[in-house]
Amino acid sequence: MKDTIDIVINGQPRAVVQGATLLELLADLALDPRAVVVEHNRHIVRRPALADVRVAPGDAIEVVHFVGGG
Amino acid sequence: MKAETPSRHDATMHDTPLTIGGRAFQSRLMVGTGKYPDNDTMVRAIEASGAAIVTVAVRRVDLDRSKDSSVLHHLDPKRFFLLANTAGCYTATDAVRYARLAREAGFNDFVKLEVIGDEETLLPDVQGLLEAAKVLVKEGFKVLAYTNEDLVTALRLEDAGCAAVMPLASPIGSGLGLLNPFSVRTIKRRLRVPVVVDAGVGTASDACVTMEQGVDGILMNTAIAAARDPVAMARAMRLAVEAGRAAFLAGRMPRRAVAFPSSPTEGLLD
Repeated sequence: MKDTIDIVINGQPRAVVQGATLLELLADLALDPRAVVVEHNRHIVRRPALADVRVAPGDAIEVVHFVGGG
Repeated sequence: MKAETPSRHDATMHDTPLTIGGRAFQSRLMVGTGKYPDNDTMVRAIEASGAAIVTVAVRRVDLDRSKDSSVLHHLDPKRFFLLANTAGCYTATDAVRYARLAREAGFNDFVKLEVIGDEETLLPDVQGLLEAAKVLVKEGFKVLAYTNEDLVTALRLEDAGCAAVMPLASPIGSGLGLLNPFSVRTIKRRLRVPVVVDAGVGTASDACVTMEQGVDGILMNTAIAAARDPVAMARAMRLAVEAGRAAFLAGRMPRRAVAFPSSPTEGLLD
């Protein structure tokens, strides 16, 4: 089994594979990268860069999208 | 039903389209996408409203059941202009963060900026609003600022470079209608950027009276979504906005303190 690290995604603690990229993280969550926006430690990661950014222990990730609102 | 067509021709024939941030929109009614009983009703109501601009909110994806929660599963972003809001933000920093996330979604650089100052009334924090507006304008956003009906704040927002100023009719979701027509009229008279009344409209007459003040448009959500029949109310709102706009352009008669007969006073029998 691969080593895992603890990060926080959308406020929830999660164990993910060490060295995973943000793009791989989205795939694990069954999320379409074109349908969401990702923030990594308070910095927005643009879609083309999602495959370049690897998560580290303690990282805070936010994955957002549009919902109904006024 | 074809009966509505004449109002399209006559009432708005000599009107110019609503233009915000260099973009022209075919309707003066903007609608929200929140609080509908279900998505199908929302889509049919938005279609019945004739709105070109629809607002959406930025929220975390629900990681446990994400499949159906995005509003974009139901609304075609090619058909509607998506105006993201910063609803739920209580500081300028948060509002800027939400606006940046919204822009990154890739649809446009417009944002309906809300910085709320009080939980009970959801009234805006005008200091935070101005602060956030300045940051976002500098970053190239077209800022539509939700504010109260205070002229001086509206002027400051215009000076800060906002593309439109959005004074409230009454508090968000209250349905109390246009509480301060004088202030809204004053703001409209003094600003050069479009003035779009946002929040508080409860029913069609409220929308009509609001448009009669000469404002450039109205944004509403709850009045449609929380109606017993949202689709029928959406249609009523479309007609009311058109009627109010047409009445404003037509120019109302002066108010008089005494009666003035409509029929001739000559030719009466002895």
